[in-house]
Amino acid sequence: MGQNLFEKVWDAHAVRSLSNGQTQLLIGTHLIHEVTSPQAFGMLRDLGLKVRYPSRTFATVDHIVPTDQRVEPFSDPLADAMIKELAKNAEEFGVTYFDLGSGKQGVVHVVGPEQGITQPGSTIACGDSHTATHGAFGAIAFGIGTTQVRDVLATQTMSLGKLKVRRINVEGELKPGVYAKDVALHIINLLGANGGIGYAYEYGGSLFDSFSMEERMTVCNMSIEGGARCGYVNPDDKTFEYLKGRPYSPSEDKWDEAVLRWKSFASDSDCEYDDVVNISAEEIAPTVTWGVSPDQGFSIEGVIPNPKDEKDENARLSIREAIDYMKLEPGEPIKGTKIDVAFLGSCTNGRLSDFREVAKFLKGHKVAQGVKAIAVPGSQIVDTLARNEGLHEIFTEAGFEWRGAGCSMCLAMNPDKLVGDQLCASSSNRNFKGRQGSPTGRTVLMSPVMVAAAAVRGSISDAREVFSI
Amino acid sequence: MALEKITEVVGRAVYVQGNDIDTDRIIPARFMKCVTFDGLGEFLFYDVRKDDDGNDKEHSLNDPRFSGASILISNANFGCGSSREHAPQALYRYGFRAVIAESFAEIFFGNCCGLGVPCAAASHDDIKKITDLIELNPEMEVHLDVVNAEIVAGDLTFSVDIPAAAREALTQGRWDPIAELQEAEAVIAERVSALGYLPG
Repeated sequence: MGQNLFEKVWDAHAVRSLSNGQTQLLIGTHLIHEVTSPQAFGMLRDLGLKVRYPSRTFATVDHIVPTDQRVEPFSDPLADAMIKELAKNAEEFGVTYFDLGSGKQGVVHVVGPEQGITQPGSTIACGDSHTATHGAFGAIAFGIGTTQVRDVLATQTMSLGKLKVRRINVEGELKPGVYAKDVALHIINLLGANGGIGYAYEYGGSLFDSFSMEERMTVCNMSIEGGARCGYVNPDDKTFEYLKGRPYSPSEDKWDEAVLRWKSFASDSDCEYDDVVNISAEEIAPTVTWGVSPDQGFSIEGVIPNPKDEKDENARLSIREAIDYMKLEPGEPIKGTKIDVAFLGSCTNGRLSDFREVAKFLKGHKVAQGVKAIAVPGSQIVDTLARNEGLHEIFTEAGFEWRGAGCSMCLAMNPDKLVGDQLCASSSNRNFKGRQGSPTGRTVLMSPVMVAAAAVRGSISDAREVFSI
Repeated sequence: MALEKITEVVGRAVYVQGNDIDTDRIIPARFMKCVTFDGLGEFLFYDVRKDDDGNDKEHSLNDPRFSGASILISNANFGCGSSREHAPQALYRYGFRAVIAESFAEIFFGNCCGLGVPCAAASHDDIKKITDLIELNPEMEVHLDVVNAEIVAGDLTFSVDIPAAAREALTQGRWDPIAELQEAEAVIAERVSALGYLPG
């Protein structure tokens, strides 16, 4: 009997069984940022501990970084204290830090792959639930809490219970105007926001084989929105091609050996899964959310559900709560809903291919009057590459503000925030109440090209119509 | 470092109603701009407890009848969303020592356990019964027996689900795994040098 990738990577990193019944798991690669790490370093100091393997931890700053005025000290004293604390901890404990002056700073889940730190067959942890992104490379990547960040810093291991594995096959080709983001939203809608609890998701099938690394990252990124702690795609030639020549990738003389090793982690053809789900790519439409949980989504042709049509009491209450908060009317189409803000960026959709794809259609269009539109590259390297291709000019000519790299409006820990009950067409990953910084702010999740279409029309729109796709 | 053996949590309880109460609701992200967890307690559930001017809104945590409660009761999928420990830390620092709900998000559950805060899952009906009782008698003491996974409140007794690993860790005083993780240092060093990726 063969093994799947999750089992192989788990076995290769399991140290021993712990008295609580969980496994002590070796974490080969540890990524940290300024929000969830300072308290962990504080705990190390309290316990008199050091970072045991400092060359395996990499830091960057993303959540609190302003995307416009990026000169320190920041105007927000709390944000300024956080970035200084990270710099201090990195220096004191000997951890590599991609800071604002490095030219390599960015959202931690964009930086890891870009630097070649994210590698197949590895275990990765980060105090951030979107760590699953790194699974696109055939790594097992977990979002962890701060006490676990401390554990990884101090011992390079953590206590974890083994997950089951659900294989999600998507076969066929996407229709024009349908993107990886739509695949992620479709899967979450199908299986539910808590459908993945206890599971790792293995994404496969001909669609994932055909996907670029950046498309795979978009889907793996949102695994946690479906309740799955990690999600991954088996490594293949595209994975190896992407990694070749990156700063932390294996050197030329060790390359062939590394590729052989990486290939050995891919799921065997005769392996078993705890569950299998089959989806046809042709069924997937441009998808948008209408509620306050990422599983409250539907096709752009959808109409707002009526709580009265729902028999189950819990579901009825959830719909009522969502549409009251979103200020949407049952029976009305989502298409045409006025937007105030358009946000392009985040660890889900802030990579070069996202901006390239949008730029292809945005040229010659203008952002509708009254709409604030911002484009935020996921890293300084994405920013540079986009500028080299002149993409930033296409965005600014259309009326987008082109910003510096960071998490920006995905979550409101920096100056980019919604105001009042503004409605935002967003390429980010969460539509929770208050997520984008205003306690009454409203978020509609969608693909980057759909965000651009909404920005141009001033309302939620079908990008296929707006851009004649 | 000997840890407290958490065999029971006894205290008054408060009900925060709702399914899918996410970590951003428990502690809005803008209050996480901090380098320690101190002081997070006062911002617990801030956006549902306070209006734009910072005045109290109608919320069970603002109800003086429930002030000083140390057990939080809620509904399904409590703690979904982010991996940030700020959410359990805010609950802990506000004064909660146990959470009872219909179900919990996985990362949140683990984070609570690591702080020595038991999360006990109860049926929809039992949650209804206990919250009805508390509404009638806010002074009533709720007794969560972690060893036997059981709740006693007045005349009401019902069993709860606390996974074996968590129950073992809490009741044996091993809920913080750091000491046990450190014991394996020599084996870890061997395994790290054989990892085959990144310099060790």
